[in-house]
Amino acid sequence: MSLALVPTSFDAIRSALADGSLTVVRLVEGYLANISARPELNVWLEVFAEEALAKAAALDQKLQAGTAGPLAGLIIGLKDNLCYQDHVVTAGSKILAGAQPEIKPFVSQFTAPAIKRLLDQDAIIIGRQNCDEFGMGSSNENSAFGPVLNGIDPTRVPGGSSGGSAVAVQDGHCTISLGSDTGGSVRQPAAYNGILGLKPTYGRISRFGLLAYASSFDTIGILANNAADIATVLGVMAGPDGMDSTASERPVDNYAAVTATKPTAKRIAVLRNGLESEAVAASTRAAVADTVQKLEALGHSTSVVELEMLDYLLPTYYVLTAAEASSNLSRYDGIRYGHRTNKEVDLEGLYKNSRAEGFGPEVKRRIMLGTFVLSANYYDAYFTKAQRVRRLIRQEAEAILANHDYLLMPVATDVAFKFGEKSTDPLSMFLADVFTVQANVVGMPALAFPTGHTSEGMPIGLQLLGRPFDEAGLLALANSL
Amino acid sequence: MSATDRYDLIIGIEVHAQLLTASKAYSSDANEFGSMPNENISTITLAHPGTLPRSNAKVLEYAIKMGLALGCEITEYNYYDRKNYFYPDLPKGYQITQDKTPICRKGQVLIKPKGGVPKVINLTRIHMEEDAGKSMHLAGEEDSLIDLNRAGVPLIEIVSEPEISTAEEAYAYLTEIRRMVRYLDICDGNMEEGSLRADVNISLKPKGQVEFGKKVEVKNMNSFRNVMRAIEHEVERQSTMLDAGEEIPSETRMFNAETGLTYSLRSKESLNDYRYFPEPDLQPIVIDAARLATIKASLPALPQALYDKFTGQFGLPDYDAGVLTDTKEVALFFSAICEHTTNYKAASNWVMGPVKSYLNDLTMSIEQLPISPVTIAAIIKLVDDGKVSYSIAAQRIFPELANGTKESPLEVATRLNILQEGTEEDLMPIVADIIAKWPQKVAEYKSGKKGIVGMFMGELMKATKGKSDPKMASALIERMLDQQA
Repeated sequence: MSLALVPTSFDAIRSALADGSLTVVRLVEGYLANISARPELNVWLEVFAEEALAKAAALDQKLQAGTAGPLAGLIIGLKDNLCYQDHVVTAGSKILAGAQPEIKPFVSQFTAPAIKRLLDQDAIIIGRQNCDEFGMGSSNENSAFGPVLNGIDPTRVPGGSSGGSAVAVQDGHCTISLGSDTGGSVRQPAAYNGILGLKPTYGRISRFGLLAYASSFDTIGILANNAADIATVLGVMAGPDGMDSTASERPVDNYAAVTATKPTAKRIAVLRNGLESEAVAASTRAAVADTVQKLEALGHSTSVVELEMLDYLLPTYYVLTAAEASSNLSRYDGIRYGHRTNKEVDLEGLYKNSRAEGFGPEVKRRIMLGTFVLSANYYDAYFTKAQRVRRLIRQEAEAILANHDYLLMPVATDVAFKFGEKSTDPLSMFLADVFTVQANVVGMPALAFPTGHTSEGMPIGLQLLGRPFDEAGLLALANSL
Repeated sequence: MSATDRYDLIIGIEVHAQLLTASKAYSSDANEFGSMPNENISTITLAHPGTLPRSNAKVLEYAIKMGLALGCEITEYNYYDRKNYFYPDLPKGYQITQDKTPICRKGQVLIKPKGGVPKVINLTRIHMEEDAGKSMHLAGEEDSLIDLNRAGVPLIEIVSEPEISTAEEAYAYLTEIRRMVRYLDICDGNMEEGSLRADVNISLKPKGQVEFGKKVEVKNMNSFRNVMRAIEHEVERQSTMLDAGEEIPSETRMFNAETGLTYSLRSKESLNDYRYFPEPDLQPIVIDAARLATIKASLPALPQALYDKFTGQFGLPDYDAGVLTDTKEVALFFSAICEHTTNYKAASNWVMGPVKSYLNDLTMSIEQLPISPVTIAAIIKLVDDGKVSYSIAAQRIFPELANGTKESPLEVATRLNILQEGTEEDLMPIVADIIAKWPQKVAEYKSGKKGIVGMFMGELMKATKGKSDPKMASALIERMLDQQA
């Protein structure tokens, strides 16, 4: 529970600022107090306390003068794989932080354009959040800086890879967090912490300034306490960007307005496994059933669907993301920046030692896997085949969403698990992503939202998958539940 | 018996041409030769975390231009690939290239090797890619230096079929490729600066044998001449090995310009697995018909078309057409003269004669010539009108114009007092005087020594200070000599 009383929505902050009952400085102080109160959660790799307070003071003056931007009072935490000019960025890795004290951590020379749009409207960034190394992980145990603990039950994982970002919102350290979602890294921690997490359509938000894990899967995502905050932030971040050729040219919807309106009657597909599979915890299945009832009560129609391709989701996801990651992470070579071995070696030794010392085991595992599936002798058997299966998975999702507006399913098979439960078995850790990877494989938007708790008080999260660029519809529906 | 009597020489050439775009292929960094090391580098060139490539549209346009000029099929659906390998001058750890969908396929290059017959060399493909930076390993230095100015500079790679059979053909092929990129203004074609680079694949097979021998790739030639030397050396080296019953290992060799020899760089057996896969950071590019038409319309006149025009419409000899189309600048200059005169042969003579030798003497290019094509046409008219002789025009008027005078050729001729004067009637008494002065020479003429007319011409020119129209004068002299009893 948060100590300092800070409003839990940006709407509430705005009105408190407007009626004078709050100042931006007091708001930031409140967040800083909450951050300081629970250092053991290991959420933050760095807090920009002084900088945030200085900006808050300046903003209070602008508010007085009536010249503040629309996002004055929005205090953001950044997953540490997002670039913020003149600030360190490490992706939770020693390869950028340096594995020896004499190596200075990497400092980004630019701000991600999508984040710059928030800053231009007077949002404030309060710090860098811990995460799984390069976004690879489902429990935040893969950070070079130690795991983040779940704020609700510190014996449990916060989820990953945007674990710090989810706990920060849940525990009142910032208004919203920006994370990244390559296979569920925003939605799964959101579900494990009882908040909302949006993975937008691929290409809706520019990826420039997001440290790449798997380029054709990566999206910047938003974690917040409510749909309205996500809508506000998405509306500013989304849109074309000359720095990212995969960013969509499509005009940006008025997410905030749509989110605030009651959705018309929708046809909602419900994944059978979410209701019936033994592999899904009973409490999660019950939450799905409850939500179906609620949806019908609100006038929506639901029907149960199968995902024929379900068994192929994870293999496809891991083959393709590992392949892209093995190439994306080649730039971390110890030559121009980041960690460089201090062993006396030749060029090949420099590469091998720098990368061996800098990367953690999960990253190494995926680089090796990716290198393998791209190698000449195995390329067709793995990479080419996975690309074909990806197309089939996309076709299946398109077919379902041709007859339905949304697809409802759990985010994870169960609530946040205990530390150490899966960390010794990478395969069972991989399996935790079974429901989340689909949205990334097909590039469609998905929103995780909380639906209640287990008897132990752990939050349960479900997700809705929508057609490309229907973020507004997803937010409106979740908001109405 | 020489090696080429016993062995067939099989040569394929890969040409890398740096494109003359203002900025790099996937960033807005300047594409400039000769900047201070590591001056043209941004976070994108440096492959900083979080950066993404963005395509320079000019690269695509230039690659398509080259393809259209060489009669290639243009690929409609293009995507980029990553070629993965580690090297300090490759910041991303991969090169963005095209593996599966080269922008251009097939196509042909017509070569005219010196002393050989014209021949068509088929192309396999042309694809777009980015250059790597430069590594410098200075003698005596422990550290290597990296200059990333070149990293990300756009290239097209032009790959020929293995249809080149002699070093001379290789030379002629490269000459054609260079001429084409220069005509299209997409590459400066400068081998010394590395903006045009040729990797040559060479293999030998015994005459009559169908299957090819093991091929050796030779790199690092910085001139066409050195490409020939490298090929000649490889023929020598490989035939000696084959004669001795040795196997030719498939390998990459470097040419050393000082020794004229090649030395082994790496074996093809230990070849890198480049793990090509589609570049996910760049959208595939679809070339639609409209875009293709726009680029086609923007193509300049190409050498072969100009050659055909010069020999056909202008009626010039093949030799003239060849010289005049050698570079685009000369061809354009000549064409511009021909817009103002119909005496095409005279225009050709002027360009190939006085203009070229003047440029050669001063090692200038034709764009630097201070005389405009209109002015050359005006000189031609002056000669054609009988106002000055060609030789006077070339020796007296041309230098004045080249020195930058603002006067017209006629004004120069007037100022120098070299305009041809005198009608036949004016000249008749002078000729009569000369004839009277040289009775012996007249007798010689009468006895059939017609060449003696030149002596009378010389006397006439002396008397008129060179201002007589030589054609008219020599006709007059002959007539008057014939009239002598």
